[in-house]
Amino acid sequence: MIRPEREAAVRRLMEAVPVGVPPELPGEAVRRGARLLRLRRAGRRLLWLVLCAAAAAFLTWAALTRPWAEPPSLTTPPVSGWQAGMSLTCRAPA
Amino acid sequence: MRDRRGVRDARRAQEFGGFIAGAAGRLLLTATLLTAEAPDANPRARRLLTRALAHTYAHWDHPPGEDPYDRARGHLATHYAHAVWHRSRPHGPLAALSPRERLVLVLRLYEGLADEQTAALLGLPADRVRALCDRATATVLHPPPGAVPRAGGPLLRRLQP
Repeated sequence: MIRPEREAAVRRLMEAVPVGVPPELPGEAVRRGARLLRLRRAGRRLLWLVLCAAAAAFLTWAALTRPWAEPPSLTTPPVSGWQAGMSLTCRAPA
Repeated sequence: MRDRRGVRDARRAQEFGGFIAGAAGRLLLTATLLTAEAPDANPRARRLLTRALAHTYAHWDHPPGEDPYDRARGHLATHYAHAVWHRSRPHGPLAALSPRERLVLVLRLYEGLADEQTAALLGLPADRVRALCDRATATVLHPPPGAVPRAGGPLLRRLQP
């Protein structure tokens, strides 16, 4: 027998198996599918909720601490002896 | 929002009902051939099909335009391939085959997939699918005398690291 003939013979053997769909199977599939769908939607909602909470927390923190503002310098000494129209002078030691 | 989802769910249920009416019989036969159970006592095939159909229902419009039959069949095949089947006496025309040969034969000949499609679905090279299919065809048509069905097990090693 050549290949297509052999394959056709096997196909016929397979198609000859009589199978009936039990009447409760579709309902059960829909029930389980709906549960899967509910779980997936709930998961997605939770993910969005976490994302929004994280964004809100970040914005609050940023508004309070202003990490972009330059911090006051800790190393430069305070300027004193400066008046308008004058420049700082270095007095030579007497 | 709720209303729109309600309408969508109703449409999904209706379309899915039509799909099941047309495809469940064929898919159940596919599953029964895979599990090699008797046609009137096929609890494993029914469980396999119920899971595949539930998955199809949950993913009805995602991604849009995908053929639900392809999705259900793919789910059926991969779940069968990755399950360990503790089998009792195999039954039916494919009883003498190993689970992997059965999978390839059913997808190639009963479902009519091309070698390449079958190979992609199972993660095997196409040559290997062709060889398996030829060997399985020969075994079905001329069963070796006193053939003892080979033991089940995980059929496909996960090829990707």
